[in-house]
Amino acid sequence: MSTILAKKPASLTDLPMHYCPGCGHGIVHRLMAETFDELNIADRVIGVAPVGCAVFADSYFACDCVQGAHGRGPAIATGIKRSKPQAIVFSYQGDGDLASIGMAEIVHAAVRSENITVIFINNAIYGMTGGQMAPTTLVGQVATTAPKGRDPKLQGWPINMCEMLAQITGSKYLARVAVDSPQNVLKAKQCIKKAFENQVNGVGFSMVEVLSQCPTNWHASVEQALEFVRTKMMPQYPLGVFKDEGAK
Amino acid sequence: MTEKTLRKGNEALAEGAIRAGARFFAGYPITPQNEVPEYMSAYMADAGGAFVQAESEIAAINMVYGAAATGTRSMTSSSSPGISLKQEGITYLASADLPCLIVNVMRGGPGLGSISGAQGDYFQATRGGGNGDYHVIVLAPNSVEELGNFPKLGFELAEKYRMPCMILADGILGQMMESMSFNFDPIDPNKLGKFDWAVDIHKNGRAKNNVFSYKGDNLIADVVERAKRYGLIEQTEPRFEERNTEDCDVLLVAYGLSSRACLEAVNHAKEAGLKVGLFRPITLWPFPSKRLAELSKKVKAILTVEQSLGQLVQDVKLAVNGQAPVYLQAYPAGGQPDGAAILTGVRSCLNGGKEGLFDLHEHAAGFTYECKRDLSLGVQGDRKGETK
Repeated sequence: MSTILAKKPASLTDLPMHYCPGCGHGIVHRLMAETFDELNIADRVIGVAPVGCAVFADSYFACDCVQGAHGRGPAIATGIKRSKPQAIVFSYQGDGDLASIGMAEIVHAAVRSENITVIFINNAIYGMTGGQMAPTTLVGQVATTAPKGRDPKLQGWPINMCEMLAQITGSKYLARVAVDSPQNVLKAKQCIKKAFENQVNGVGFSMVEVLSQCPTNWHASVEQALEFVRTKMMPQYPLGVFKDEGAK
Repeated sequence: MTEKTLRKGNEALAEGAIRAGARFFAGYPITPQNEVPEYMSAYMADAGGAFVQAESEIAAINMVYGAAATGTRSMTSSSSPGISLKQEGITYLASADLPCLIVNVMRGGPGLGSISGAQGDYFQATRGGGNGDYHVIVLAPNSVEELGNFPKLGFELAEKYRMPCMILADGILGQMMESMSFNFDPIDPNKLGKFDWAVDIHKNGRAKNNVFSYKGDNLIADVVERAKRYGLIEQTEPRFEERNTEDCDVLLVAYGLSSRACLEAVNHAKEAGLKVGLFRPITLWPFPSKRLAELSKKVKAILTVEQSLGQLVQDVKLAVNGQAPVYLQAYPAGGQPDGAAILTGVRSCLNGGKEGLFDLHEHAAGFTYECKRDLSLGVQGDRKGETK
């Protein structure tokens, strides 16, 4: 007699993912897919894939997906949600996408309290384009466009999106999680699940920011990268729930 | 078919779009198209659709991208500088083969230009406008009646060929009032049937649908397939109107509001002792080249009248291909043609004169321009600051 303890979620396709070894994207994809299966919403989910490392995310989720322009995910998700109110719509975005070129779109999706779920991958770097400075790059962190490390006098300071969006009335759920350890992966799953439950319940704009590791562009081993998340990123980007108005 | 009523151009357009089954509109305020989003904000919800005032033109066109991906009849409207911002989304829509309606109620440019009506966006509209090899279908109404009825045609062409369709309207047309009627009954989009490519809920076992713009290794095949559609469109979809083209010495070519001034010229030509006809492209892409080429064999001269600095005339010359001399009367940046001035140009076409005709090289004759910065100094030092 054997018992299946774990299996690939039905909400993921069989396509092998292209992500680098040690990258956090695959973990987050899986947590989302598990959520769709567990909430029994798989048949209603429509995803929006970004420009960046996750550009092929539309192929990894079993649901219908739209891949759109850099930074515009929340606007595209708005168009889908308003046209198909029964759909469970997510926008999956990286830090350059969401916090730089797409700043207006994410802020105003929150302002309108669009009933969508945003999954925000913060790895403090532009990954797909080869390691340029992101708006979330840490002070002193070296990037290909900050060869001497990010200098606040020249390039300003990292931006904390959860804290910023918490000021907006329309933001209903904001959480920052990490996928650096099994414990944190489990916590991340709870928050991701909450962010989708909110949409099912019509709560409004919900976003989960995930601190994720990028060994390739950090020029680090996987182990070093996980350590970087804990020792460098978490002090700048504390984990926690910044807003939760879904319970009312 | 409705009774004739007096309507403002932009409102006729908005009502026509809702009647044509538009159920998603996103826009951003800009003069002279504001009546369109205002009308939509008042009536779209009643029709069962959604109106969103977006945070920018870029967001608006991307909302349309999302809504169009669901198969919903989706549209946005703006005016020239706003349409420039939308080009990012328009090229993505073209790349993802999504049908939608984009309305440009043109104003003066470049840049912020002016809020006066103009036709300076011809190149932008007919050459794609954004990055890459693509076209949008471009409809050019010349009356409030057409402005109200073209949304239906626009959605149908967009859906038939899976591509964006643009209505290129003059600013004045959007602002002026005319008697008009809708020549079709309101359409219930729920009865139109679903697209097999659209993203939706309840897949019920069908394969998943992806709407995407990154084509990677498949890009060549993708662009080549689209080019076949474009070829088909160029063969079958050109639309145009002719007036007095059977027996004319000078053929006027004009679209939109300029064609109305040309009609005035055609109507007064006889009493002026002139034989003048009008060829009005209704589709600017596909340009009705074939018919214009036929007509060009029978006339002494062709005079293009446009409210821009020689944009339409390039398509006219390509179509005519040297079979008749092609002249230009240009009214850039908000200038307005009138019948008498056009007839002056017609006479010049026939007698070799220059009055009423625009030629860029003659226009620049004797003009000198001095660059105030001495560019020769810049080459003396290298980048390390050493001087020779």
